[in-house]
Amino acid sequence: MSETVTRVPAVEGWFTTDPDAPHLIGAQCPKCSTLVFPPRENVCPNPSCDSDTLEPTPLSRRGTVWSYTENHYAPPPPYVAADPFVPYAIAAVELDEEGIVVLGQVAKHVSASELRVGMEMQLELDTLYTDDEHEYLVYVWAPAAPKGGAQ
Amino acid sequence: MSRDVAILGAGMHPWGKWGRDFTEYGMVAARAALADAGVAWTDIQYVAGGDTIRNGYPGFVAGSTFAQKLGWTGVRVSSNYAACATGAHALQQARAQILAGFCDVALVIGADTTPKGFFAPVGGGDRKADPDWLRFHLLGATNPVYFALYARRRMDVYGATAEDFAQVKVKNSRHGLHNPYARFRKENTVEDVVNSPVVADPLRLLDICATSDGAAALVVSSMEFAEKLRGSTAGLPKVKAVSTVTPRYPQTVLEMPDFATDSSAVVAPPERTYKDSIAHGAYEEAGLGPDDLDVAEVYDLSTALELDWYENIGLCGEGEAEALLRSGATTIGGRIPVNPSGGLSCFGEAIPAQAIAQVCELTWQVTGRAEGRQVEGARVGITANQGLFGHGSSVIVGI
Repeated sequence: MSETVTRVPAVEGWFTTDPDAPHLIGAQCPKCSTLVFPPRENVCPNPSCDSDTLEPTPLSRRGTVWSYTENHYAPPPPYVAADPFVPYAIAAVELDEEGIVVLGQVAKHVSASELRVGMEMQLELDTLYTDDEHEYLVYVWAPAAPKGGAQ
Repeated sequence: MSRDVAILGAGMHPWGKWGRDFTEYGMVAARAALADAGVAWTDIQYVAGGDTIRNGYPGFVAGSTFAQKLGWTGVRVSSNYAACATGAHALQQARAQILAGFCDVALVIGADTTPKGFFAPVGGGDRKADPDWLRFHLLGATNPVYFALYARRRMDVYGATAEDFAQVKVKNSRHGLHNPYARFRKENTVEDVVNSPVVADPLRLLDICATSDGAAALVVSSMEFAEKLRGSTAGLPKVKAVSTVTPRYPQTVLEMPDFATDSSAVVAPPERTYKDSIAHGAYEEAGLGPDDLDVAEVYDLSTALELDWYENIGLCGEGEAEALLRSGATTIGGRIPVNPSGGLSCFGEAIPAQAIAQVCELTWQVTGRAEGRQVEGARVGITANQGLFGHGSSVIVGI
């Protein structure tokens, strides 16, 4: 890979790119405190709240598996599929604090056969795809290190 | 005041994969429904079209597309899009026009021509504010990925097995064997299903419905119009309810094409999940409940999703669908046959036509005309479906 390749998020403002402890960025309503992911700047989703602004807020890095699957066929564009295609897992993870289930790819080194509903997961970063100038990063889920563990 | 609307006629073009102009299929279904009703096209006062978003401008104005194709008569039209619930929304438009007294008799029609392979976002270019574009770009989350999440959850939480899912396919393939409108008319075994290629684990190719071409149409009218036409409304199938509810905040079950659920941290989840609320809305409107049903047509986008529907429409409690399937209750001859038409399993999905096709099947079932797949003595049936962006529908048909 060329040395001029720079690492950039595949989507702006959804997650921090701190390699050691990345976290998702959500939005919070300053009026009713409800939370939203993916983040946005306008309009609280709570029908009983009339706030038209939302503020960015960090979300939990950890959660539990709601469900999971593994893609065995290359998805169509705009997905940039590896050639040859390699199956990869996708998990829906319920964040500990926020009561939000977030869908994400699972780290490349983890297969669906290693996952179970209820398993603890944590957020990591991985490469979604690369082109001549950029390596595009995306958040991924991976089995969590034990709480209080060395990691 | 009765809010019944009479179903005078039902018609379909067989489902398949030919890639022809969608209006060709639609015309066959329209002519069949009109003939079944004994109503001339020139007497139709309203056309409610179900839109297709993959067939250019004519697809977005389906009401006028079919009015022009059948020959302009000055008829009033509407064009409706609601993802998989499109056909039921079109039916609801026609029903509302009839019950409001704006018209007496209407044609409801949907037709589609679908591309091969996975459904992909419609339209080109980078659309980073469109969740339907982003879910493909960032996740490769095809529709079967979402179906697989629900299927896997049934396995891990309720102990469902791949064989349970396969048994849904086996049942539906038998049901659809003699349905002249079904695309796939071949009896499948459990071995066929569990040996087919994995698409999105745990779902295999034969667990997942195909995308199809097809068309369906209904002629519906006021009870007064029906009585004048037929001399009596005895034995006429009627639309008893149409539910087109949307989710309530917070929506806590992950749905296509979303990345995430709403948060339940501040606002407590509603009493019913969205999928439960779809049929509930129809039951409330009709003043009926699951015990009143003789037959159901549910949206089996996957085999496992059919099991979810058993619970969502109240045929059994949560986590009990596998036991209900194994008991034979949902097979023709059982207590409450589900998908006697063969379901999406035998049809594949032709989006704007599918919810109308479900109502066509109930129409034939409650009038004893479902040849080769008749549920004996069927008098009341329900349909249920759900699609992208908070769309779902449930229609109750009764004699």
